[in-house]
Order: sequence, then structure tokens, then C-alpha cells
Amino acid sequence: MSQIGSFALLLALALSAYSFLAGALALAQPGPGSERLGETARRAGIATFALVFLAAVVLVTSAFQDDFSIAYIYHHSNRDLPAPYKFATLWSGQEGSLLFWSLLLAAYGLVLRLRHKTDAHLFAYASVIIAAVQIFFLLLLNFAAHPFALMTGTLPADGAGLNPLLQYPEMVIHPPMLYLGYVGFTVPFAFALGALIMRYPGEKWIRITRRWTMVTWAFLTCGVFLGAHWAYSVLGWGGYWGWDPVENASLMPWLTGTAFLHSVMMQEKRGMLKMWNMWLIFATFWLAILGTFLTRSGIISSVHAFAQSSIGGWFKWFLLITFATFTFFFFKNKSHLRSEHRLESLISRESSFLFNNLLLLLACFTVLWGTWFPLISEYVQGNKVTVGPPFYNKVAIPVALLLLLLTAVGPLLAWRKTSLESLKRNFMWPALGALMVGILMIAVGVRPWTDISYFYALMAAMLATLVALTVTSEFIRGGRVISRHTGQNLLASVVHLFHRNTRRYGGYIVHFGVAVVIIGILGTPFNQDREKEMGYGDKMTIGPYTLICESYTQDDNPNYSNEWAIINVFEGDRQITTMYPERRFYKASQQPQTLPRIRSTVKEDLYLTYEGLNETTGRPIIKAHLNPLVMWIWVGVLIMIGGTVLALIPNAAPARVKAPARIETAPVGAGD
Amino acid sequence: MTLFFRRSDIDGAFLAGEPKMTKGTLKSNPIFRRGLHAMLLCLTAFALLGAGDQSVRFNSLGHRLICVCGCTQILLECNHVGCTYSDRMRAELIAGLDRGENDDLTLQDFVQRYGPTVMAAPTATGFNRVAWVMPFLALALGLLTTIFIVLAWKKKPALAAPGGVLPASGADLEGFRAQARKDTQL
Repeated sequence: MSQIGSFALLLALALSAYSFLAGALALAQPGPGSERLGETARRAGIATFALVFLAAVVLVTSAFQDDFSIAYIYHHSNRDLPAPYKFATLWSGQEGSLLFWSLLLAAYGLVLRLRHKTDAHLFAYASVIIAAVQIFFLLLLNFAAHPFALMTGTLPADGAGLNPLLQYPEMVIHPPMLYLGYVGFTVPFAFALGALIMRYPGEKWIRITRRWTMVTWAFLTCGVFLGAHWAYSVLGWGGYWGWDPVENASLMPWLTGTAFLHSVMMQEKRGMLKMWNMWLIFATFWLAILGTFLTRSGIISSVHAFAQSSIGGWFKWFLLITFATFTFFFFKNKSHLRSEHRLESLISRESSFLFNNLLLLLACFTVLWGTWFPLISEYVQGNKVTVGPPFYNKVAIPVALLLLLLTAVGPLLAWRKTSLESLKRNFMWPALGALMVGILMIAVGVRPWTDISYFYALMAAMLATLVALTVTSEFIRGGRVISRHTGQNLLASVVHLFHRNTRRYGGYIVHFGVAVVIIGILGTPFNQDREKEMGYGDKMTIGPYTLICESYTQDDNPNYSNEWAIINVFEGDRQITTMYPERRFYKASQQPQTLPRIRSTVKEDLYLTYEGLNETTGRPIIKAHLNPLVMWIWVGVLIMIGGTVLALIPNAAPARVKAPARIETAPVGAGD
Repeated sequence: MTLFFRRSDIDGAFLAGEPKMTKGTLKSNPIFRRGLHAMLLCLTAFALLGAGDQSVRFNSLGHRLICVCGCTQILLECNHVGCTYSDRMRAELIAGLDRGENDDLTLQDFVQRYGPTVMAAPTATGFNRVAWVMPFLALALGLLTTIFIVLAWKKKPALAAPGGVLPASGADLEGFRAQARKDTQL
């Protein structure tokens, strides 16, 4: 089996090299034979997908067959590993995840190559660029991180097992989502670079890549938040974001990708920010690779860095080469990227996008700076320092609040120029609503002057309300206009309105989701926790809950042995649930793992962890966290994803109104 | 300086009210003495409240340190089963607080014992200041650049329309816009 996989990877490398070289040659020397040469390059790219797919199938099959002659399978699987995790073995370690990356890139390349008739010339450029990136990953797979490398010496009877932290249902979907996001940004980057190299006229390439970018962004959003949810549900420290370098690595391309999604609208609508957009999409692609480099090279220590090795050098060179290539073509053809319009007013949609980009980039810079500062410090001072949550919380939160303010104000601004009068008219009610929320929070006991975190929470609540209300008011105002003209009820009119411009109103739903996420995050300063050794019948109180230990026990199965406590949860005199915080000990990997149990409500999460047994008394130590509003984060993310999906729906065809002869009016964009 | 006391108040009260007293009579006045004692008592109580509320300081300091076991988690959040560092470090933190050390001294003890990486964020001293300054410097530079771009764009002359027709501006443009809004309203 391993030979099939190895051969498939080698052949895939040869074919992608051919796809790159033949494709580039066909584009460089247009002539009678170049079209056919280009076609062979396209087909070689398609065949690359088939071969990488074959290699992935071989690796997964080997995991299911417990083929421990393959070193990767030995290190990341064992006989008693449940089937879904055997499947997840594909992305559980370095070699496998690189193969998975390559597979996703080949799959994106396949779709692109199959849809080449949309614009054969531009697609040919994009195909060549994707082939170049594919070559890098296949080189890694063939020569630096071979997934089919064989074990030496005596064949082991069983595998070393999968890292216990990865044995959680979400880990079967979190990495694929994240990778779909990371890899996906290669496609808009390939189109952007292709358009730059060929001096592609107009903004058609943006319209072609719009859906790619949005889908990719949705995957990355999903991946980032699934990671946060996984950390919350598995790591057992009661939080969901620890500003770990690997978490940061996923956040950086998300931030620049979000900036790109916004600023690209300025290019599409007004022919502005062309150079900026080129750099933004390049930065997003580059940061996705940098993230992989951080995760894989081991240069920065992280609790999530599951696979570390010496492939950092390969990544460094690739990052350098891509940077040099992009910079070369940018300076060669930048005259092609001149803005077609100028900014007319500071109070306009354009300027809100400019400031939105500034803040998103600043947030990205802060995260990048914080991630790299330990290395910079070591270089300058000779000793490393830690840059942890206190740093990011102090620096990033004010930036996030400013971004939230722009999220609220931005949609109320018109393209080109907005009069102060219209801004006042649109802004008054949402602002009053936000103010009311602020007053209400102070009335219920939030004292922003006692602690900076309370101040942030108050501001976040007010701004999130502002975002939610501006979005709602936009829907209602538009719906009313339609309702007046069509006689439909308001709800039907809002649906009608949405179908007229799905991208704009889908975007508003995403903004609404962001507001909901922020409301969830602002519960953090009010978190409580308690820890207690609990014997039979012992009580612990946290917030409105009383926890009573009913029992504690042990169990054993082929994959792991475990200990857990049975905790009855009372609210007042009423028992509301029973929770079973657990600790497992995985036999193959010889590693322990704590599994928290969470009771989520709209108001708060009760989060219990089994910290261990007191060796003297033999009684379990239970830690309880009370985390307000956490569920809002996950609901907010679902709204964000839902909004993105809705934004992908094509607009309904505009209603045709019979106009008097000779008069032809161009439709006026709603100004998304 | 004038102080105000209400005669009927219990010790410890410090409210505005009747008899006015001058500075010269204060020392010998029993009400003043009682008031002073009450104030001292209050101050002591507040001081003790601060010092005695070890759990608040423990929580605050424990969130400014990380566990050095390699998990890179905040000390009070490290929950690795069998972690050989976090329990010991927490005990050391409690011991430091029990010795009556102030926050800086307690943290300094940890830095000397475990190295500078034990601090969860860079200190605001020496080169570490750069860590804090850079994001704000970037913000300032970014803002300046954005303002520069906006001003440059605003100064740029409007593109001439084909055929020598000047684009509408000012009140004319507003008029056209209002008309367009009216005509295209759904």
C-alpha cells in the first residue's frame, strides 16, 4: 500500500511541475501550438488531483487496516482507536496534514480548471500559479515529510495512538474547515496575481473570485471558531481563546481576509484601492502559509503545535520566493493599478472602508507582533519573554471596539458622500438604543469605573447593540419602502428586499452575527470559578447553582480508562441536571486527558472539570466555572456563517417595469 | 481647614453636619478625638481589607504569571493532569502573599526563580517597552497614512468627462442625487 501512495505522490509532483512549466510556456509564447500546450497543462493539473486523492485514500486505508509498517500510522493511530478518529488520522500529524493541504489545493485547482471556460486566459494564469504552490507542497511531501515513510526494525504490534486532545468529535471537522480556509485563499491570490501579470483589464477577476473569497472566508471563520469551541470543550481551563501562537496563526489571515472582503468592494464599485487589494490578498495568502510555518516548524512553543519538525527551512524559502515573485510583478505592472476615482468626502462608505481596513490591519499587526515578539526579544536581549493574554487584552480590545463602532456606522454611509443630516436621521434611534443598554447595565450593577474590563464590557455591549440596531433599522427601512410600493406585509417586504441584493443584506446579517459574538465575549469579565475536593454528599456553591457530589467512580475500555464524578446540580431547591466531569487515561499514548462537562444556557455556562483525585483522601477535586453568555458566541458564529451563505445566493432578477419609449435607465446599485 | 461632625453619629461616621469647630479647639475636643479614632479605625479596616483579601491578590497575580510546564497557560488556568509545576507555583504565590510581600516583590521572586518568561506579558521596562509601544505606533502611522491618502485623493482633480463636459458638483450634484433617489426608490 505504501508504495502506491509514494508513487502517486511522486507522479503528482511530476505532473504539477509539468502543469506549471507547460502552462507558463504556453502563456509566455502565445502561438499556434500554445493553446494545445496550455490544454495539456490544464489536464495535468486535473490529473494531479486524482493522484493526490489516491495518496490520501491510501493513507486513510492504511489507518483503518492498522498498517503500522507506515511510521505515520504507527505514530498517530492504534488498533482500538474509534473509526472516525482513524479517518481523522489524515490530518492529525505533520505529514498527513501536509498531504491534506495538498489534497485540498488540488481539489480547488480541479474546480478552477474545470470551470476554465469562464475566462480561459485568466484561468490559465491562475492554474499555473496554483500549480506552483502545489509543487512546493508536493516537494515537501516527497522529500521532507513523507507520509508513507516506513518503520525500521521490528514491526510494532500496536500504534502509539492519537494525541488525546485530538480525540474529540470536533477535531474530525475543525482541521478540514480551517484548512479549507487557509488553502482556499490561494485561489483569489492566484487570480489576483494572474490579473496583475497579464494586466487584466477591468475588475472582472474580482467578480469571478467573489464567491471563492466568501466561501473561503466562511470556512476560515468556521475553522477558527470550531477551534475556539474545541479549546473550550476539551482543554478544560474554562476559556475558549488563549492567544496561543497557533490560534493567532489562524486569526491573522482571517483578519486580512476580512479586510480584503470589504476593500475589494471599493475596487469593484469605484475602481479604487487596486494596489492595496493586491497586497491584501497576497498578505492573506502569505499569512496562511506563515501560520502553517508557525504550527509546523516548532520555532514558537504552543500547546496546539501537534506536529513539529525541521521543515521550517522549506517554508522560509517558500515565503521568501512568493514575496519576491509578488513584489517583482507588482512593481513591474503597478501602473495598471491606478485608482479610477478619488475620494469625495470623509463621511462616505469609501472612507469607512479605509478605516475598517486600517483597524483590521492594525489588529493583524498586533497579533503578528505579539506572536513574534518573544523571538525578537531573544534576538535583541538574549532572553525570551512571554506575550500572553494580558498583552493582547490590553492592546487588541480597544481596536476591536473601534472596529465594532465602524461596523455600526459603515452600513449607514452612502458611497461617495453622506450628508450629516441623513447620518443623524439614520443613526439617532440605534444610538439611543445603545445608550439605553449602557444605562441599563450600570443600573444592574456594572461599574465601568471600578475596573477597565467592566468598562470594555459596557462599551462592547453598547456598540454591539448599536450594530444590531443599525442592521435591523436598515432592514426595516428598506422593507417599508417595498411594502409601500407593493402592498406586501413588512416581513414579506424584508424578504423581497433581501432577494434584491443578497450580498448587501447577507453582509448585514454577518455584521449582526458579529454583534452577537461580541455580546458573548463581553461576559468574560464576569466569569467566576471555584475549586473544591468533593466527597460523597459534599456541596459547593457557585452563582445560583449548588453542586452536590452524588458519587465518583472508574471505568475501563480498550482505548482508555477513566475516572469521573457524578454531580447533581441544583438551582434553589430544584435539581436541574446531573453532570459527569471526567478524566481519561489513554492507553496507547499513555497520556491523561480531562474532559469538562458543560451545561449551556442563554444566560451562562456551568462548566465542571475533574481535576484529579486527592491521593491522601481518595476524593475527587472538582473545579466549577460559571461563564456568562458563552452560548451567544456560538450562536453568533452560526449567524455569521448563515449570513455568508445567504450572501452567496444570486440576486433575484430585477422586476421589469414598462418604461416609456426612448428612456433607458441604468439600475442604480443599492450600494452594498 | 474645617471639619464637620454630627454629634449623634456613632464612631466611624464621617458626615457633614452641625457643630463647626476651629483648628485651635480640635485637639482637645472629645468629639474630634473620637472622630479621629474612628477614621483611623476605618483606614485600618480598609487597609486590612486590601491586605487581608488575599484571594483577590492571588487571583490578580496568578493571572499575570504563566505556568512554566510548557503549556504556556496562565498559572491559575493551567489544569494539566499531573502538571508538576502549577501546584507548586500556586503554593509559592500563596507563601509570598503570606509573607506580606507587595505585588512587585512577589512577581520579582518568580522572575528570579523561573526566568522572565514566567511573566504572562512583557514588563514595561527596557526593551520590553517596545512590545507595548509598537501597536500604538502602528496605529498612529496608519492613521497618518490614511489621512494623507484621503487628503491626496481629495486634492486630486476630478477626471475630465469625455466631450469636455464638466462633472456636476456642489448643489447641482446634490440636486441630481436627490432626483436619482426619488426616481429609483422602489
